[in-house]
Amino acid sequence: MVIVMSIEPPLLETINLTKVFKIGGIFKGANIRAVDNVNLSIKHNEPIILSIVGESGCGKTTLAKLLLKIIQPTSGIIRFEGEDITKIRKKSKILEFKRKVQPIFQNPFESFNPLHTVGRYLYASALRLKVAKSREDAEKIIHESLISVGLNPDVTLNKRPFEFSGGELQRVSIARALISKPRLIIADEPVSMLDASIRMSIINLFLRLKKELNTYFIYITHDLATAYYISDFVAVMFRGSIVEYGSAHDVLSDPLHPYTEILLNSAPDVSKKWTGKMLLSGLEYKEFESAGCKFWYRCPYTTDKCKLTRPEIRNLGNNRTVLCFRY
Amino acid sequence: MSENPVIEVENIRAYYETRYGDVKAVDNVSFSVKLNEIFGICGESGCGKSTLIKVLYGIIEFPLKLVSGRISINIDGKSFLLKDNKDVNTIRKLWWKEISYIPQASMNLLNPTVKIKDQFMEIFRKMNKKITRSEAEKIMQKSFDVLGLPKEVLSSYPHQLSGGMRQRVVIAMATIHNPKIVYADEPTTALDVVVQRGILEMIVELQKKLNNTFVIVTHDMGIHYQISDRIMVMYAGKVCEIGKTYEIFQKPIHPYTKLLIESLPRLGDKSERKSIKGEPPNLLSPPKGCRFHVRCPYAAQKCAKEEPSLLEILHGRYVACFNPLS
Repeated sequence: MVIVMSIEPPLLETINLTKVFKIGGIFKGANIRAVDNVNLSIKHNEPIILSIVGESGCGKTTLAKLLLKIIQPTSGIIRFEGEDITKIRKKSKILEFKRKVQPIFQNPFESFNPLHTVGRYLYASALRLKVAKSREDAEKIIHESLISVGLNPDVTLNKRPFEFSGGELQRVSIARALISKPRLIIADEPVSMLDASIRMSIINLFLRLKKELNTYFIYITHDLATAYYISDFVAVMFRGSIVEYGSAHDVLSDPLHPYTEILLNSAPDVSKKWTGKMLLSGLEYKEFESAGCKFWYRCPYTTDKCKLTRPEIRNLGNNRTVLCFRY
Repeated sequence: MSENPVIEVENIRAYYETRYGDVKAVDNVSFSVKLNEIFGICGESGCGKSTLIKVLYGIIEFPLKLVSGRISINIDGKSFLLKDNKDVNTIRKLWWKEISYIPQASMNLLNPTVKIKDQFMEIFRKMNKKITRSEAEKIMQKSFDVLGLPKEVLSSYPHQLSGGMRQRVVIAMATIHNPKIVYADEPTTALDVVVQRGILEMIVELQKKLNNTFVIVTHDMGIHYQISDRIMVMYAGKVCEIGKTYEIFQKPIHPYTKLLIESLPRLGDKSERKSIKGEPPNLLSPPKGCRFHVRCPYAAQKCAKEEPSLLEILHGRYVACFNPLS
């Protein structure tokens, strides 16, 4: 018998993923396409860190929620290991998916119950995800995951959230995410609440976990400097669309899309002073509804074509895509 | 300390009273701010930078108390002294006209049920200015032009504006009477990088136009690098280092400043960045001696016992450390 080896499906793939929110009242029932035809693919061979960068309101958190199956998309497909997760309904299947994909949120003080010890939360997570059958099993797993994030289990488990500093508590929430030994961790602004002096320790921890546990990461941030530092690939989001995608080095040192350029020029970097002036617009909602390219109001290279027709994704080879007529 | 200081702060201590004892949020801090500069205060959360600004602006309300020290504010040859909790009224008389304050997350402080122009009118009324509505609107219009805000904003409600526009409205409010001193506490933290850059550039422009003093508090070292003329680095309620921004970034002298600047990731540089080991101390019972000695790789025995005082090491460069890096 000949075994036919099929090509392994990507770890995560989205096809024309779209989420529309209705805003009533103020904008007379306008529709906001928070996530607009997003196509992403993470190959399943070597662990990578993919950063999704963009301004607030660009849809990056909505995208994270879709990928975590917290909300349902309006249309489009999300495939995880070849299976469409928007279609799964069975409890055991959902649980299996949740074991494989775990979130880390921005503010650890909001994600823990302030009245309970973190130990209680970790045990509940382990049992609810059905990673462990009994408390004894759970204990072993929890100890392992706490040690892997650099915390001492004996000290940590009996403390309550307010007894931790922000950096430590964020480590606990990473440990919580590691309990089910996930393939993919989706971290939504995990360091923006933390102080500069401890921020890098969390970022370095992600790099270590990627190497030691072969975990894939989707790192959602507005901070380009840390995105450059940790990620292998970067997707730049603007008003719901991914306007540029490519390897972190390519995108952030040689931006092609004019929006990426503006974003890079605005980052308060400590090695280069700003030159020129930034013009501000008050057009956020118009941009969502633009018939043409959503960026034409602010783009320095706008042509008539940009105002009327939507650009399509151009594949430039070498894993690089850009959503602009100039290429 | 320096030529024509607008704000002179001498050894102030401001503590929060709690059940467990005093939280020493600002402990023996001295510095001075000159006319016509952007003075930056940086440090991690909980280092006392916001408390310091509150004290400077005269918002000293329970549980905060001024324990000792004095602040003098020198405007147009007149001096206003703040030595005691009771003196806050001398500072409060200067509000809006001479001193103004842009608090943290201030874009959310606008009254949601009142039109922008009516909120401005309220400030005019508070100041007992007798001007007609049309005159007032002209003044508003002028300050809106500087900040690049369209006319329609005046007659809209806050919820109709984006975060960046609201933030600009608040900046317009704070600067409408051409104050000599503007305190801004994290003025752009909740905003996007693109909007943030626009607003910071407007602040720089405004400062040049008004020839006044801006005191900017933010934890983001990148912002200080971009706009502050001088910066003061704080750690756990103490001052570590004061100096010209460019010089501090070029050659930090205090170990904390050095490690903090080294830990910042930079675009185009993938070399390994390490964060400072340990965590900032609890200000209820800060460590003895230098408050940074627990985390400092250069700490000597003396650092754990004695507290270093802030000394002028180079011209205009103040450092509080026993083993300054040279």
